[in-house]
Amino acid sequence: MKFLRNKIDQLKKPFGKGEKWEKFAPAINALDTFLYVPNHTTKKGAHIRDAVDLKRTMITVVLALVPALIYGIYNTGYQYLHQLNGGDVAFMEAFTHGLWKVLPMIVVSYAVGLTIEFIFAVYRGHEVNEGFLVTGLLVPMIMPVDIPLWMIGVSVAFAVLIGKEAFGGTGMNILNPALLARAFAFFAYPTYMSGNKVWVSEATNVDAVSGETILGSLAAGHDVHFSMFDMFSGAIPGSVGETSTLLILVGAAMLIFTGVGSWRIMLGGIIGGSIMGLLFNAWSANDLMSFPWYQHLLVGGFAFGIVFMATDPVSAAQTTKGKWIYGILVGFFCIMIRVFNPAYPEGVMLGILLMNVFAPTIDHYVVEANIKRRKKRLAASKLKTA
Amino acid sequence: MSNDIRIRKGLNINLEGEAEKVVSDAPRVKTFALKPTDFHSITPKMVVKEGEKIKAGDVIFFSKYNEKIKFVAPVSGTISEIRRGAKRRILEVVIDADNQDDYKEFGAKDPGQLSAEEIKEYLLESGCWPFIRQRPYDVIANPEETPKAIFISAYASAPLAADVEFVLQGREEDFQAGIDAVAKLTAGKTHLSVNKKSSSFLNEVKGVELHKVSGPHPSGNVGVQIHHIDPVNAGERVWVINPEDVAVIGKLFRTGQLDTTRIVAVAGSEIEKPQYYRVKIGSGINALVKNDSGNVRIISGDVLTGDKIAGNSFLGYYHNTVTVIPEGNEYRMFGWLPFKDNNIPSMHHTSFSWLFPKKKYKVNTNLNGEERALVVTGEMEKVMPMDVYPMQLLKACMVNNIEKMEHLGIYEVAPEDFALIDYACTSKIEAQDIIRQGLDLMIKEVG
Repeated sequence: MKFLRNKIDQLKKPFGKGEKWEKFAPAINALDTFLYVPNHTTKKGAHIRDAVDLKRTMITVVLALVPALIYGIYNTGYQYLHQLNGGDVAFMEAFTHGLWKVLPMIVVSYAVGLTIEFIFAVYRGHEVNEGFLVTGLLVPMIMPVDIPLWMIGVSVAFAVLIGKEAFGGTGMNILNPALLARAFAFFAYPTYMSGNKVWVSEATNVDAVSGETILGSLAAGHDVHFSMFDMFSGAIPGSVGETSTLLILVGAAMLIFTGVGSWRIMLGGIIGGSIMGLLFNAWSANDLMSFPWYQHLLVGGFAFGIVFMATDPVSAAQTTKGKWIYGILVGFFCIMIRVFNPAYPEGVMLGILLMNVFAPTIDHYVVEANIKRRKKRLAASKLKTA
Repeated sequence: MSNDIRIRKGLNINLEGEAEKVVSDAPRVKTFALKPTDFHSITPKMVVKEGEKIKAGDVIFFSKYNEKIKFVAPVSGTISEIRRGAKRRILEVVIDADNQDDYKEFGAKDPGQLSAEEIKEYLLESGCWPFIRQRPYDVIANPEETPKAIFISAYASAPLAADVEFVLQGREEDFQAGIDAVAKLTAGKTHLSVNKKSSSFLNEVKGVELHKVSGPHPSGNVGVQIHHIDPVNAGERVWVINPEDVAVIGKLFRTGQLDTTRIVAVAGSEIEKPQYYRVKIGSGINALVKNDSGNVRIISGDVLTGDKIAGNSFLGYYHNTVTVIPEGNEYRMFGWLPFKDNNIPSMHHTSFSWLFPKKKYKVNTNLNGEERALVVTGEMEKVMPMDVYPMQLLKACMVNNIEKMEHLGIYEVAPEDFALIDYACTSKIEAQDIIRQGLDLMIKEVG
């Protein structure tokens, strides 16, 4: 192992302080730190530090995404082959078809996003932040499988440049970058992002294949021919990675166990979504409203959004009380927009983006309460001494 | 009991090398030093010159902006060197100690017979004033002011910190005399907090309001206790004194001599026989720590708040702990993988070490990552047992927003209260440094 380390140190020499390629040090450091945790020691403040770092945190999220991703790849092939040929589909066959479709999406997303991240790190002279490791995987998982690759590239570029770097980079963004990429694609290329032709692989080319989602069927007044188990296990049409509530729950369990994702936001989201669903069930003016509230939680991107999108710590509320309020409102608006949206029967993306915008306001009022307590105490102590 | 303080948030970091409760007289240390850098925001005005003979208690320098605050020699001897750093800033005033201390006589006094003004004068004259520090700002108290209360925390909860009750053993009368003296300096109460499990003489000290503290670190931090007993509001002042310094003050009143004895815990995984030593303030460290293994960090103070010092340097003025841990200047392959390297303590659940809170860890000084933008939320609150929003306060300090800092409670905190945030932060930000700069800004702008 010493040999490898020496080789890397040798390679890094021209990037050192005062050397020729010093400016590009963040780029080479980003690669090096992927092999080794650096030998940096504490210079001021506490002399000892926790084993955790941002890389570890972000990788945990990536690992939590993997079960849903693998199922998503399989389901992409399964939906296509099942509708084309009927009957059972061999796992490997489905998986291969899915991989053929999904892998390029992942590659494009990472390539475009990381290129921009590296350029900005070099330009601004700071290290490459790990946040995009997650964003880059989230983006292909929330897109319809047949979206042209260049659209993914443009959406990612938009999200990273306008959504993140324009605000100052990682940690400063207001909106969740992955959702912003999806929102951009949704409004810029609506024909590729909605309708009943895009949600199953090859549905636009092959007539035998219909790409209608459950929510799409409900909105159009068609019959839903999927069982509740299908909805839970994820054998339904939809964006690549969001269909399997079961495996999203596995990911959620990983996030909650490791403390990386906020359970308060997740639980709040489920509570909010259930309340809204129950209200609509009571109203029951159309098929979408009378769709059982617990099934509302299973279909569409609800589970994926609540577990992986709403819990993004940067764009969510940051105070403990704020997380509860934020989570409940996210669930609430996701279902409300889903039912009321006339153009498109889904609201998770817009619901979360809406609450991203309001998260700082929620925090403001929570912190304001703390400030008021302090001011009250000051007034009381002045009264005592006066 | 209503006077109990129960702290729930926080973290105990268990480290190898706890000092055994045995006191040895350290071999007579040859050199001592008074370090002006130990006194934050004090600009020294030198009184002595190199080569001058001094007694224990003779003035070495005083504060340029308040001539009454004097800093005196802890031992008798000869000024051998005045070490300066960049811009001729004085770093250390080194004293070659005599074999036997020769004390300057201040005259024994009975604190009961003196007025507050007389006690103040006596403390200033004898060089004991720097022991008294004020909150807000965590600097030496201004003798022109009167604090609303005085706080003494006789409970050290930091990792490997010297046990206060052990250190004060046999100094009961000194401690009581010290309390009698300092209690007169405030119109309000004098608060003494002790470990809830304690059964020592501290529970019977007269003239104080006793508080029993329990819970994880930072429950022993005096700032945390103030916050729960009688928080500092804008414009108010409270004073704090380390318990061992109360005993030094008490002995001065009883004998008229300044005996700066410190019982110091020498601890840490790199110390062969961790134990306590009887030394004096500013003692040379090389008598306590044999520094031949090389790749170690010697810390004057505890691992969370102490200062890194060289092997030929000196014990800090306020410190009674010396910790020696290995340096962490080594690479760890794939160390960022979750659940790898569980031998490094972690409060985060991406490592299994949080499952073994009782285990004693050998920890080094590796940063375990690199500084990043603030992303993860909620972790700072877990180690901040105050009604303060730590991340919001840190951000206000970073952008020098004075109004916001005041609103979010900058007067209630000291850098040491943010030490665990330094430790716990995923993004490796230097919280103590940010708070110190914020406090310095407040001193300049608000005063």
